[in-house]
Amino acid sequence: MDSRRSSRAVIDPKVRQVGFFTSAPLPPDRTQSDPPDPIRSPPLADASSPGNSLSPVMIPPPRHPSDSLLRLPHSPSDAFPPPSPTTTTTSLGDFSDDVTAASSPPPAAARVRGRGSSVKQQGAASSFPGGGFEVPPSVKAPSSVPASGLTTVSVVKLPPGISVEVQSDRALNSKPLKEKTSKAERRAIQEAQRAAKAAAKAEGIKTPAVTALANAKSAKSTKPSPQRNDSAVVVAASEKKGGDRSVEKDRKKDVPHPRMQYDDKSRVQKLKKRSVVKPTEARNRVELFRHLPQYEHGTQLPVLQSKFFQLDTLHPAVYKVGLQYLSGDICGGNARCIAMLQAFQEAIRDYSTPPAKTLSRDLTAKISSYVSFLIDCRPLSVSMGNAIRFLKSQIAKIPISLSESEAKATLHSDIERFINEKIILADRVIVKHAVTKIRDGDVLLTYGSSSAVEMILQHAHELGKQFRVVIVDSRPKHEGKLLLRRLVRKGLSCTYTHINAISYIMHEVTRVFLGASSVLSNGTVYSRVGTACVAMVAYGFHIPVLVCCEAYKFHERVQLDSICSNELGDPDSISKVPGREDINHLDGWDKSENLQLLNLIYDATPSDYVSLIITDYGMIPPTSVPVIVREYGRGQLWIYEECDPLASPGRCSDAVFFVDGLIFYPSQHLVLSFWFPDRPPSGLNNDLLERSDNFVTVAENGNFTNFEL
Amino acid sequence: MDFQVVVLAGGTSKKLVPLVSKEVPKALLPVANRPVLSYVLEQLELSNIKDLIVVVEGADAALCVGGWISAAYVDRLHVEVATVPEDVGTAGALRAIAHHLTAKDVLVVSGDLVSDVPPGAVTAAHRRHDAVVTAMICSVPVSGLSEAGSSGAKDKTKKPGRYNIIGMDPTKQFLLHIATGAELEKDTRIRKSILRAVGQMDIRADLMDAHMYAFNRSVLQEVLDQKDKFQSLKQDVLPYLVRSQLKSEILINGAPQGQQAKENGNDKVSYRILANASTPSFHELYALGPNGSAPVRRTHKCCVYIASNSKYCVRLNSIQAFMDINRDVIGEANHLSGYNFSAQNNIIHPSAELGSKTTVGPHCMLGEGSQMGDKCSVKRSVIGRHCRIGSNVKVVNSVVMNHVTIGDGCSIQGSVICSNAQLQERVALKDCQVLSLSTSVFLSLSSNEYL
Repeated sequence: MDSRRSSRAVIDPKVRQVGFFTSAPLPPDRTQSDPPDPIRSPPLADASSPGNSLSPVMIPPPRHPSDSLLRLPHSPSDAFPPPSPTTTTTSLGDFSDDVTAASSPPPAAARVRGRGSSVKQQGAASSFPGGGFEVPPSVKAPSSVPASGLTTVSVVKLPPGISVEVQSDRALNSKPLKEKTSKAERRAIQEAQRAAKAAAKAEGIKTPAVTALANAKSAKSTKPSPQRNDSAVVVAASEKKGGDRSVEKDRKKDVPHPRMQYDDKSRVQKLKKRSVVKPTEARNRVELFRHLPQYEHGTQLPVLQSKFFQLDTLHPAVYKVGLQYLSGDICGGNARCIAMLQAFQEAIRDYSTPPAKTLSRDLTAKISSYVSFLIDCRPLSVSMGNAIRFLKSQIAKIPISLSESEAKATLHSDIERFINEKIILADRVIVKHAVTKIRDGDVLLTYGSSSAVEMILQHAHELGKQFRVVIVDSRPKHEGKLLLRRLVRKGLSCTYTHINAISYIMHEVTRVFLGASSVLSNGTVYSRVGTACVAMVAYGFHIPVLVCCEAYKFHERVQLDSICSNELGDPDSISKVPGREDINHLDGWDKSENLQLLNLIYDATPSDYVSLIITDYGMIPPTSVPVIVREYGRGQLWIYEECDPLASPGRCSDAVFFVDGLIFYPSQHLVLSFWFPDRPPSGLNNDLLERSDNFVTVAENGNFTNFEL
Repeated sequence: MDFQVVVLAGGTSKKLVPLVSKEVPKALLPVANRPVLSYVLEQLELSNIKDLIVVVEGADAALCVGGWISAAYVDRLHVEVATVPEDVGTAGALRAIAHHLTAKDVLVVSGDLVSDVPPGAVTAAHRRHDAVVTAMICSVPVSGLSEAGSSGAKDKTKKPGRYNIIGMDPTKQFLLHIATGAELEKDTRIRKSILRAVGQMDIRADLMDAHMYAFNRSVLQEVLDQKDKFQSLKQDVLPYLVRSQLKSEILINGAPQGQQAKENGNDKVSYRILANASTPSFHELYALGPNGSAPVRRTHKCCVYIASNSKYCVRLNSIQAFMDINRDVIGEANHLSGYNFSAQNNIIHPSAELGSKTTVGPHCMLGEGSQMGDKCSVKRSVIGRHCRIGSNVKVVNSVVMNHVTIGDGCSIQGSVICSNAQLQERVALKDCQVLSLSTSVFLSLSSNEYL
């Protein structure tokens, strides 16, 4: 999800602070966060400051309009020598593109010059925004929204001295810059000086170059747009986009960052203001886990319920899913993801573009608001994050020429395909692979209730393999009980135990199958709490641990422990045992100050303890996760090919045939096609079988048969 | 949110007969000098519900109610008033307006409900479980005088047997059994199949149906169409739905159970993943049948939302309730009244005139333009607009409506005096209702009489 990444770069305070406090006045972190910039716009680096060695750092990219405003008041009013008109041109030129819209660069320059002179005449900073933003008659409607809002604020209370207050205001509203104000001032000065120097040297080329940089920025952070020329038309177009972007960005800020630090008071306050489900103050926070969203189910649910009719903008389906997340009716990565996507499907079906808006932008904003609501209900899982990223990229890809109904149909089928291919088909492939690892006489251990593992076990049972299952469960959710119930009903022989007995039961186990909420790119398996314990015990007993995880749950994040990112559950559920009044010794103790209850939802299993990860791209060692993320990540979908796959038998070398007509090629990893069960492909004859040197697995009547080739 | 809201304002209820009349239908009975219907409407407005259908029984009543609503809520709410003939019952009223209902779900609220429970809570519980009906239940109000701790015990002896029996599953989310008032003299029969499916049933007698329901619209219409003998939502429709929840006879075209998810393989798988991930309710387990393959039995869900004890939730369906609500709205539940209370915890309209040495105690309300003579004392009472009260009058635990004239030296306890009544001097009233129409009362009356 692009938005997530960019917003993290804007919001995350810790990284910023570290960068600012330890390093030289010019923090390199900005450019580090956007490495491609200097590469993409070399003319700028050359033109604007040829004599300077630090050139990419010096003119920081215009991240946000508020940033530009912070710099604005200081340039005229502070103590350094009054800048020449041309300097103002540059210092404004590079950021005003984000906010205002100009038809082409030369008028922009002219306009800015005019502004510079007006500053001189009036001599006060208070006049700047009015001059800067209201003068151009060609301001487009969308871009003027944030600009005018800002204007009123500063006009009302901006004598030169109070500018810091305004900054902190802005900081509260939009981004946390509190500690940074003095730095920002200094930086603005430096920048202006440097720009002055550069301006003196290369005045002619500069303005277009700078705008080109701004364009590159805005284009990059919205979506990769191929045209990045300096021609006036493109500039105008992307400037319009920049204006839109700032609106969109404001909306994006409504989405709390998934990895927000909840011990940061100001941020939490801010979040409280906008969130639908009021997060109340948790009673006793556990010190190490203060930064996580605290669980307050008891208060959230009624609040959300009573807000039923206030949430007009929310689609009922999304509301229902949110309610089910919050109340715990739906849990499990796949189920939550499917439920969310189906809700989005319904929302898209009922969606109609408001007049004077484009579908892709408005729908993206709408989806974002839905997502922020869902985050309020329960933090997103990685699987959901990836699905959202996919959906947004699909929305962005919709050509503008497509009619609304077509676009909606496209999105509907995209979501359908995501569910079918990334989850359901992936599960089938995982089952396909994993079943080969089950031999007769095995004792398989699983923990909790994983949908993939369940399918594996059921399928292996259907194949007639003789094995036994040990289901390890834990309080308080007892998810294993449901799995147990279903497996026993199918006739599998099962043993049910709690995690306390893991070291005893591990003696008899031959394989451990685990599900995962996510697999991170260092191979860490992020899963239901207790998984790490099971994996480690299995490792100690030299029993292979196989983690079954669909590739759409992979994430490029690296995590070493389960502290920095986790989720907290209901603390009461661990202190209370339902149905056992006699052992509720902790009743009423939750008010006590020296008792802190910690109910973690997830834990991280280091890759050392994982023998194998079974995913839809095959069975891989944990160290290969980054490869999958790199090669197949980014919401890529397999491509349906409607042609007869057997016409080109070379590609069928390791095809997997499914009963209902799907063919999957793990080695080609992108091709998926149909054959018709009632008309078995004629290619499944000796002709084909001789040519391929791997084996083909054909599914017939639900049973898989291996054809040795 | 795809919900339509129907307020059943009733007509001239028989139970409230001395108080209500052609001019003052039940919906317009004053509670703390505001019509009782305004409490419902404002609670709905607070929840951002702007479009309402108000159903009134009887053309005269509809005229009154419609006139009042259009005067009070113009520009605030979009209210449509529907008139139904008298004595069609709540189910009949809904049948009459069925063709106006189009949304996925319908919220039906009784117009005499004085409550601060957000209606969204009921609808949210409804949506969460995809129920066909969700009923709000609240604890049975302790009627009688609030100052006496013994009043609870006294009331129990006063009205024996008038209990509601409500059976719920252990999670208190599903309604398994409901029996109200009249049937309760006899034994209560509980369906064995339901009991067996759930395993455990909590039976509560201290809860009652608050008459706020969320219905699945298509189910409601179907039931109303098929069972044309059904008169009342509370006594017919709801018990029917609860009774038949495990052998559902209704066709749910919304198909909350996801039964249509069998069309193709992938849908089935995703449905299974979803179903496996959530803790199945007893409905689903029962529907699956003994071997647990494909759903074999049709079920539907009846949910409850239990208003917490901290919320106020009472229906104005008897004279006693009328007194109680009036007392509570200016007393313990005074946030409902919408007035600002003075430091003495009472509301005295600025235009009211008080004589010397007249005291108005806490939890009292004195309407606009009322005049009181000297040495009066008002305790826990509501006095309406433009009343004239002489000297030395005691008003305790009573409701005095508008334009009432009370002579000197009267003593009024626990009584309701309707609009335009006149009391002569030295009348003592205790537990009485005095009808309006310019009745003049000369005598001293006591205990449950009305003129």
